[in-house]
Formats: sequence, structure tokens, C-alpha cells
Amino acid sequence: VTTATTNGFSETRIVTRRLHERPDDSWTIDGSLASGGYKMLETVLRKGDPSLAQAAVSASGLRGRGGANFVTGQKWSFLPEGVYPRYLVVNGDEGEPSTFKDRMLLERDPHQLLEGIAIACYAIQCNLAFIYCRGEFALGHDRVTQAIADAKAKGYLGKDILGSGFDLDLVVHRGAGAYICGEETALLESLEGERGMPRLKPPFPAIEGLYAKPTVVNNVETLSTLPHIVAMGGDDYAKIGINRSTGTRICSLSGHVKNPGNYEIAYGCTFRDIIYGLGGGIRDNRELKFFLPGGASFQWLRAEHLDEPYDMDHASQKLGTSLGSGALMVFDETTDPVAVAWRLAKFYAHESCGKCTPCREGTGWAEKILYRILKGYARPSDFEMLCDVVDNISPNFMNAPFNQTTLCPLGPSVASPVASLNKYFKDEIMERLAANADAEVPA
Amino acid sequence: VTTTENENAAPATNQVNLTVNGREITAEKGELLIKAAQEHGIYIPRFCWHERMKPVGMCRMCLVQVDGMRGFPPACTTPVADGMVAHTDTPEVKKIQDGVLEFLLINHPLDCPVCDRGGECPLQDQTLAFGPGESRFSEEKRHFEKPIPLSGLVLLDRERCIQCGRCTRFAEEIAGDPLIDFGERSDRMQVTTYPDHPFASHFSGNTVQICPVGALLSKPYRFKARPWDLTTAETTCTTCAVGCRGALQSSSNRLVRLLGVDLDAVNQGWLCDKGRYGYDWVHADERVIEPQVREGDRPTEVSWPEALERVASEITRALDLHGPSSVALLGGARGSNEDAYSWVRLVKGVIGTDNVDAQLGDGLPPEVVLGLPRAEIDDLDRAAGIIVLAPDLKEELPVLFLRAKQAAITKKVPLLDLAPLDVGLTPYASSVLRTVPGEEGVVAERVVAALNASPNGAPAPDDPIATFAAAVRERSGPVVVVLGRVSVAQSSASTVHAAAALAGLPDVLFLSALRRGNVRGALEVGGAPGFLPGGVTLDAGREWFSQNWQRVPSEVGLDAEGILRAAASGAVRVLVLLGSDPISDYPDADLARRALDGAAFVVSVDAFASESSRRADVFLPCTVWGEKGGTTTNLEGRVQRLGRKVSPEGTTMDDWRIAGELAVRLGDDFDLEFVDEVTDEIAKVAPGHLGATAALLRRVRDGVVLPLREHLDEIRLRTRDLNILSEDGHAVSWDPIRSEAVVPAGSTAAVEAAGAGGNVNITPDAGDPNEPPDVAARSVDDARAESERAAREAPALHVWDRSATTAEAPARDGYALRLVSPRTLYDGGRIVTCTPALASLRHDVALLVHPHDLANIGVAEGDRVRVTSSRASVTIAVQTHPSVPAGIAALPFTADGKGAAELIDTTTMVTDLRIETVK
Repeated sequence: VTTATTNGFSETRIVTRRLHERPDDSWTIDGSLASGGYKMLETVLRKGDPSLAQAAVSASGLRGRGGANFVTGQKWSFLPEGVYPRYLVVNGDEGEPSTFKDRMLLERDPHQLLEGIAIACYAIQCNLAFIYCRGEFALGHDRVTQAIADAKAKGYLGKDILGSGFDLDLVVHRGAGAYICGEETALLESLEGERGMPRLKPPFPAIEGLYAKPTVVNNVETLSTLPHIVAMGGDDYAKIGINRSTGTRICSLSGHVKNPGNYEIAYGCTFRDIIYGLGGGIRDNRELKFFLPGGASFQWLRAEHLDEPYDMDHASQKLGTSLGSGALMVFDETTDPVAVAWRLAKFYAHESCGKCTPCREGTGWAEKILYRILKGYARPSDFEMLCDVVDNISPNFMNAPFNQTTLCPLGPSVASPVASLNKYFKDEIMERLAANADAEVPA
Repeated sequence: VTTTENENAAPATNQVNLTVNGREITAEKGELLIKAAQEHGIYIPRFCWHERMKPVGMCRMCLVQVDGMRGFPPACTTPVADGMVAHTDTPEVKKIQDGVLEFLLINHPLDCPVCDRGGECPLQDQTLAFGPGESRFSEEKRHFEKPIPLSGLVLLDRERCIQCGRCTRFAEEIAGDPLIDFGERSDRMQVTTYPDHPFASHFSGNTVQICPVGALLSKPYRFKARPWDLTTAETTCTTCAVGCRGALQSSSNRLVRLLGVDLDAVNQGWLCDKGRYGYDWVHADERVIEPQVREGDRPTEVSWPEALERVASEITRALDLHGPSSVALLGGARGSNEDAYSWVRLVKGVIGTDNVDAQLGDGLPPEVVLGLPRAEIDDLDRAAGIIVLAPDLKEELPVLFLRAKQAAITKKVPLLDLAPLDVGLTPYASSVLRTVPGEEGVVAERVVAALNASPNGAPAPDDPIATFAAAVRERSGPVVVVLGRVSVAQSSASTVHAAAALAGLPDVLFLSALRRGNVRGALEVGGAPGFLPGGVTLDAGREWFSQNWQRVPSEVGLDAEGILRAAASGAVRVLVLLGSDPISDYPDADLARRALDGAAFVVSVDAFASESSRRADVFLPCTVWGEKGGTTTNLEGRVQRLGRKVSPEGTTMDDWRIAGELAVRLGDDFDLEFVDEVTDEIAKVAPGHLGATAALLRRVRDGVVLPLREHLDEIRLRTRDLNILSEDGHAVSWDPIRSEAVVPAGSTAAVEAAGAGGNVNITPDAGDPNEPPDVAARSVDDARAESERAAREAPALHVWDRSATTAEAPARDGYALRLVSPRTLYDGGRIVTCTPALASLRHDVALLVHPHDLANIGVAEGDRVRVTSSRASVTIAVQTHPSVPAGIAALPFTADGKGAAELIDTTTMVTDLRIETVK
């Protein structure tokens, strides 16, 4: 663990340590091996007991870094006993707006990911893993592919790894540009060569996943953390962070901050630490208007939340939002929140896979209404209608935990910006539309 | 053995109790909530869910609330559980229903006034019943070019599509033709074909029927009628012998549409495209609709009395001069049971000859068909194994293909494909053994030996027979053999040999795969030499029929080949073609031509002037399917009623009536006024049919299976009218989507009560409010009484004695290719050529050979070659096809008297070809 301090607040670099320390060769096999790469895989294999690695992960309290924040050890435990083959699928389809940390890990430390994959596969006794790499990540794809070849050549992957008798082969698959393929069941469909659309659950992937076999789908950052959990021991790793938010998190900070970028922080700091500490505050020293605390899909927060703790459960239970994919998008006082909401809705409307009705039709409709509000030719009643349309995608959408009439969480994501507008900016919007009140269609 | 939707015999452990909207209901464990609720009169709206396909939960219309479950689970993916408490009408659920319908409508063009589906549209119906009153959407809707063709038969209007995926799922899951899929995403998502691959499926029309909006359109039906103008009659398709149930609709006395009706035991709602779209020929200009007498070369229109007198006098003359054997009847497999029976009675019971054959030398001997243990189609699902020794079911009996495919996939029944080349079922077969024509018997003996052998370790993976036998041994149930003549280029001898071998299995049932719609029905009513109506032989039935008929032939007559040869030699003087066209349809066209030239007097009872009927001395125009009632019998022996939907063209007459008119002129009065009276006569005299009266057939839901006395327990009375029909016979909407939220009041309770109380699964006819329940029940009692009488008095049904059957496999000539001549769905028959929508689907045929053989011949792909058999030489293009094994040449039988019909030698067991280059 290393630390790097900015404006009095420190990063806690675990997963990002190597890529900061070896900016010129962190992605190469030599750079990796020179900085402890594959040592933990060796340790795990030498101990010869998959359940030890599993226990370490369980003890660490590690939660998935993709966005749903599900407890990793628990996810693994859903695999039915004695059913083989089983697969590990690596979700590298990072498509959440403003999230760019998996991309960095794929491009700048692929061997750390491979080591994590190998540890995970050993722990769950799987001999074939699939890396689903976002199609746009050309460099990441090339570096992972090269890394696999290099690791195989050195005996860290392939047959009889390090003489342990454990085999692991890897398949790298490039996505074709669909956000929905980051949803685990749509990812599995896409990986199987089908159209990327979410599956019905149950059956859950742990029971019937890829090719109808038991499957674990884990995020790139989640897996990249595993060597460090092994190195530190699960219990010690769990001491980092706060409550059930253990360890560190790579925060993709973007928007109107002075220093955007990826920062690895320990859970338990405040949003102020990240935005004003690591981020250096708002550009041109303007006022903060609002920020998106966890990617694009969750409700916004405002200045009054800056001192709330960066804690997954606190965010969902107390703040009605989520830390999601770990991305923070910051907007200053010059921002029109309707423009942000519209742009987000446009994203969801564009990325809706089309499988289920409320998302396919509702996201597009919401986008169209938001556009009218943005351009000032909506009626005041249109905002009420917008809320009702969104309510039909995500019933009772103002209150977490969210509900859905859709198959997967993509559609309800459009409810978050609308809920945020309704919560914080309704008066402002109504004022803007007041001039159109006369255009009301008589009942 | 069939099951019913109201099976009360199921053990209690399979039942769960749940509460829906406060009502306690009982359902089968694992059943989907949407279905269980529907069975109890609680309708949950839906678009994507279809009873015959796997649920996908896409449309979100059926979201409900279930106590203890988070959120809003879809009723179509939620299995019922004991103690479940579900709500389908809470304010929360109603708001979602409103919301989903509003979403579906925002991009829907609402061009209902010009939409084929308007008036019978599930989107309209369910919007009315469950949706919002008005639209709040003020933006521009999405636009597409409309409509675009997906195939020659199906058009797509993408603006109307609600993306439920029924069509794409049907294509993949049911038809096995995954040629359509979704393209694009979000609200631009659209059904699309793959580049350069049209939706060329034999089953494409089903997608139009199950489309819940007017997005998929039938090219032939588009803009032809409005649903409220249509009248509907339930009927049976007679395009092939599967006997699919359908709803036939007409507007202004023209047939405009056939919809599939879900008969669980047979077609389960599906139709093939030939059946679905094969109706325009009924109204074709080519129909001959007045009697004709040929004077010299020209046919002249005459009156019916004149034509009938002429025929009767020629028959009388032949009888006087040459005796009964100088008369013969060829055909009868395309009409109704009543048609065939009346003609059999005329020819056998009045004229006194046994020269009757409903098959045209391309089927199996009647003693085999009628004498083997019979399977029902449903037996495929419960079979331990399926052996397919039959023509390509996908081409000849398409819906039977669907059923066999379904058994192989969903029930995982091992399927052994013994065809000589790849057929539609091949991809679904667990074992494939390419069988050379003529060697079927030898192969069958090996199959029997393997099945009877005791298990001996794991089978060699490259031994299909051993693999199949091992898989069969793992299962219980009968082995079902789908048996037919693989191609018309071979005699039936090797197939009969195979049947004899396979019949020796301990638990085996046979499904006959024969050609022509009512072939089984015609054979069952005596349309074959050596047989009398009801599945009894001439000898066994002589005494019984002597009580009812004027006379019974003294000796066994000729089959089709014998009749044609006798006609060619002049021994048959009067040849009656009952809806048959031997020149186009008989495997040896030359023999057929010589027969028609040789017979002194030819009568054609037909709807069209065919190659054969053009040579007839008298042409008697008959009514056709859609114009007449009566019954048919499908390949499993199921008797079902035909629906009469349009009035006959011209002065055409039903075949059975023509036979009756001739009988009067030959001195016997059948005294049959209405077609139901013919049905009743068959039910009275034919031992296998005893009790199958018109009254019973009107009331049963799934028809009755012959011999009725063995299938009495399967009788199910109709519990309600088809959902497709309202009480006045007008189409309202189709199952399973309909706006009315409930099954007709009282019917469910009535059914349950009757099922619990009766000793057979008979339920009162709650669907007909005008008929007291006891009347319907009485018709079943009558059937039972008749069958008991039959057991006491009627002659025994024929059982095939297979002991004397062997056939030597013909030797193979290393320089020749063995001809396989399969039939294709879109052949040169009248249904295709006189139906514009289907005529365009015909392909030019070529001789198909293995690439090695093409190289041996020394010609290039597509070159013309001279093909010589022992009968003739023809010049034809040759192509390679990966499905054709070396040593085999495939040439489809085109039903136009050309190509294969010139080459096939019916005097030998197989036809071998020599192929030479042409200079």
C-alpha cells in the first residue's frame, strides 16, 4: 500500500500501485514480475487448497466493483457443488458514462488482472475463463491479449500452472459497442454469439450461466483486487474502509473539477475529500451545483452531502442513491441540470436493448420530454407527465430501493436524473415553463 | 392416450392451491401463473407469451403482484406454488398495465382503419380492456418504409411491430428456421431477415397468425377483407394427411383465410404454408364447373342428367359384355370419407368389382397400412424412440415434422433417421443412418436385432443403430415407426419388408406417412383392393356387408398398377378417375398414358381439367374442400369434420352425391340425402367406424380415432366453442389472446363437475347453450352401444400377417446411381399451380448428386446430362448437393409427368440411372 497526498487528502494505492510506480512498463510481464506479479498466485497454488483463497475473499468482505456492489464471496458461494465445467467471465465491458477505471486497469496492469483471474478460477475450480472486453478498448484488448501470451509462455497460465496441476485457459472476446452487454446476463448472451439482451432470472448465472453452465461474472477491478487480498489476508484487507464497505475503490472523478482522473481511495472518506481534496475543487473556484455519486444511473447529490461518508450502505440506505461504478461526475453552478438529465436520458434511450417494453419505449419518450423542457417549449404539466412516465418504468421511483417494470436495471436508470430534477430543481423548472402555462390543453 | 385440460385423475401431489385475486384455485405444480389463472377464468393481459412457446417475459404486460415476492413478477414466467397469493387487479398492477399499453402505443401508428388486424387485434382488444383511455404522447412517432417483404408470403410493417418476439421465437423454436431476428436496438429495434436470406420457411404463415398486431401480414390476405365481414367455419386441412385443424374464413363467398386451430393431439395451432395459403385454387378460373362429354377432341358442356346417363350406360354395357372386372376406380384419397365410401359402395356394392385403389402406386399396400399396430401422433412424445423410415416429413407432412422435431427436442426422444439423404428431421435426429433405397428391410432387421439385443457396454459412437438402441433402452414407452415409401422411385417391397421386421419389436406402433389428404380415410372405407369399409378384408366382411349392400365382389381386385396395366391392355373397359390424375401423379407417366389410351371409356370426377381428365370421355365436376362438408381421417386414424364455407362453383356436385346418382341409374338407391346421412351410414356399417355418427363428431373436441371401439375412452366432448369463434360464428379474436377476460360463464364449473362424476372423461357441451347437456352425453352413449354391438356382431378387423414377407435387396451396379425421387411441398399439383401465392414458390428441379459422382461423370455444376433408366432417357441439369450421398441421385417428383415420372420403372424394386454427358 502506498499513499499519495493531494490537498491534504491521501489516496490509498493498492490496485493502482504498480501502474503509478512503473509508468513505463507496468503492463509488461517484466514490469509485472519485477514488482511482485504472480507471487500471490504462486502462494495460492502452493498452499494447494482452493477453499483458502475462497475464505480469504469471503473474509475480505470484497464487494463487486462493477456497480451492483454485490458481495463477491457470496456470489461465488452460489455455485452448485460438484457441477462442472463452470466458468469465470470477466466483465470488462465498462460502459457506464463517466466510468473509466477498468479501462486503466486493462491497459496499464493486465497481469494484475490475470493473476486475479487465476486466483479466482483456482478458488472456484474453473479451468476456462472468458474476458469480455469492451470493443472500444483497443489498447486494453491488445495489452490483455499480449499479457495472456506472455503469462502462458512463463507458465502462469495454461496447462499445469507452476507445476500445481491446475489448468486455466483464457478467451478474450471483444464487445461490439452495446452498453447493455455490461449487464451480466446480456454479456453472457453476447459471449455466446446471441444478440446482447438480458436473460430472465432465474435461472441465475451461478446456476445456469454461460452455455448453461454454472458461471461467475466478476468485474475487472474486483478481480484485480484479489492478489492484494491474498497478500494482505482477508481480515487485514477488511480493516481498510468502513463498515461493510471494505478496502479501496478506484474513483473516476470527472466533470467540473480542477483535477479529474482515477483515484484509489479507501472507503470511509467523504465526498468532499474526493472532490475538493483529490479533485482540487471546482474549476474556476465556482460553486458546486450537484454531483453524480456513482456513475450515471443513480440519484444525484448536492453540496449539503459533501461531508457524508463514502460508504456503499450509507449511500443506498440514507442518501437514496448508490456509489455504483465508483464514478463521480461533478457539475458547477453554470450547469443546467435539465441538460444533464436530458443527455443521460438520451444515453439510456440510445442504449436500451429493446427487449422489454417500458425501457424500449419509455426511455425514448422521457428523452423527448426532457428535450422539450430543456428547449423551453414544454408545458408545466409536461414535467408531471415526465414523472409519471418514469414511474411506469420504475414504480415509486422517488424512493429507493427502486422498483422496476423492466427486465433489467437499465430502464429504471433513466428515473434517477428525473427523480433528481424533481427533488432539487422542480421549482426552477416550473418557473422556466410558467410562460407556457397558457398553452395548456384544456381538460 | 390423450390428456385433457380438465384432467382430474392426476395425483394430488401434483396439485397446488393458490389464491388469485382472492379466489382459491388449484393448478398443476410448475404451471405458469398466467396459464393457471386463465384456466380459472382470470385473464391476465399479455402479448409476448404464447402457450406453445417458451416464456420470455419481454412485453411486461402480465406483471402482477405476489405476496412475499419483491416488485412485479411477470405472470408468464412465474410458476405457481402452493400457498401463493397473487393479485392481478390491484391499483399498482393496473397502473403498470396502463403504462405498458401506453408505451406500446406511443410508437404504434394507430392506422387501424387500414390495418388487416383492425377488429381482431389483441393490441386493440387489450387496450380497450386494460389500457389508458387516451394518449399523452405528442412527439413524432418512429417511421419506417412499410410494408417490406420478409418472404414471398409474409410482409412486415415495422411501424406496427410491438417487438414481442413471437415471430422470431416461432421461427427458431417451433419451425427450426431461424431466418428472422431482431436488428437494431431501443425503439429502432425491428424484425429483420439476414442479408440475402428471405424468411423462406414452410411455416412462415404462422408468424402472421400469432403476431399480436398487424405487423406481419399475409400477402394473399392483405386488404382482402375486414375481420367483421368474415364468417368462419371450423374445418380440417386436407392438403396432406396430417389433418390439421383450422378455421376457414370467407368474405363475399370467397375463401380468404385459413387460421390454425390448436388441436392438442395434432397440429397444436400450427399450419404449414401450403395448407394455410392453399385456398385460392378453389376459385381458380381453371376450375371446370359444368359436366362435359368429349366429342372427338373437344369437350362439350352437357347437363348433369345427360352426363350421368352416359356414364351409367357405359358401365352397364361393360358389365353386360365383360363383367364387373372390366370396371375400375382409381383415386378417392383427396375427398371426404363420405365421397370415398359412396364410390366404394357404388363400385364394390353395386357394380361388383374390387378394382379400387385410392393410392397411386406411391404408398404402401393396404393390408400393411390397415393391419399394423397404429400410433397416434401424440405417441411421438411418449415414445422410447422414433424410427423415421418415411418421405421427408418437412416436405410431405410438414406439421408431422414439427411434432416429431418437438418430441426429439423437448421430450428428448431418440430419433433414428433412415432416409437415403438429408431430410428436414436430420438435424434433430439423435442417430442418422443413410439407407440405400431397396435396402430398407435389411437395415430394419439390423435395427430390430440391436433393439432386441441385451445391453453390451457402451455403443460404438460411430454405430448409429447401436447408439439408437442404447438410447431407447434407457427409456420406457413404445418405439414409434413413421413408415412410408421414402421415394416414389422404389417399389413398396423393401418398405414392407422393413415393416415386417420392425413389427416384430415387442412394443412398437406405426404412423403411416402416406400421400394425399384423405388417403387413410379412403383406405379405411374400403378404397383398396381386398378391403371393405371399416378395416375388414373382403373375405371377412362379405357376410356382414351382404346385409347392407346389394352385393360384395367375389374376388380380390387390382391395385393401381394392376388397374393401369389392365386398362392399357384393354381388360379394364371403364376407368373412373376419382379426383386422380395418374399421368401427373403416378410414378410411371408412360404407363398412365397408355392406360388412359387403352381404356375404352374414361370418366373423370375432378375439379380441374388435368392431363388425365383431358383424355376422359365424360368429365363430372365435383365440389372441393371448402365447398363441402363431411369428414376426413388423418394418418393416425383420427376422424374429423370438414367445414363447408362457400357455396359450390357452377353446378358442381359432391363426389358422394355423384356416386349416389349413378347408383340410382344402375339400379340401387342409396337413399342418402345429406352428407351427415352418409357419415351415419359409415358409422352403421363400417366395423372400425361403428358409432362414429355425425352427431357424435359434431360434439367431440378432437375428433375420434379409429377403430372407435378401441378409443372410446379418448372421446372428449367440446366444452366450449373455439375461442376464435363467437356464438354466431363470427371471428372475434384468436386464442390465446382475446379481450374477453373470462371463459363463458359456468363452463369451467360444469366441466369440473362432469369430469369428477363420470366414469369416462366425458363433459357436457357447455359451449352450445341451446343443447341440453344430456343430448351430447347421449351421443357418446350411442357410440358406446354401437361399439359394443360391433364387438358382438361385426367382423374382426384386419391384422397384418407379416410372416410371409421378405424381400431381397437389389444388387447395386457400380456404374449406376440409384434414383431417389422425393416429393416437395411446392410441387406441380393444382393447389400450388392454381394458387398464385404458392405458384411462385416452385423451384426448377435438377438432378442432385454427390460431388464425387459429378466429378466421375466429368461435367460441371449445372451442366445438362443425359440420364437413362431402364424406361427412358431424359436430359436434365445436374447439380451437387452436400446432403446426397455418393451413389445416389435425387430428382424430385414434380407431379407434371416429366423428369422422374419418365424415368421410374415401377416393375423393379428400385430405379438405377446411368448418366452421360451430352455433346
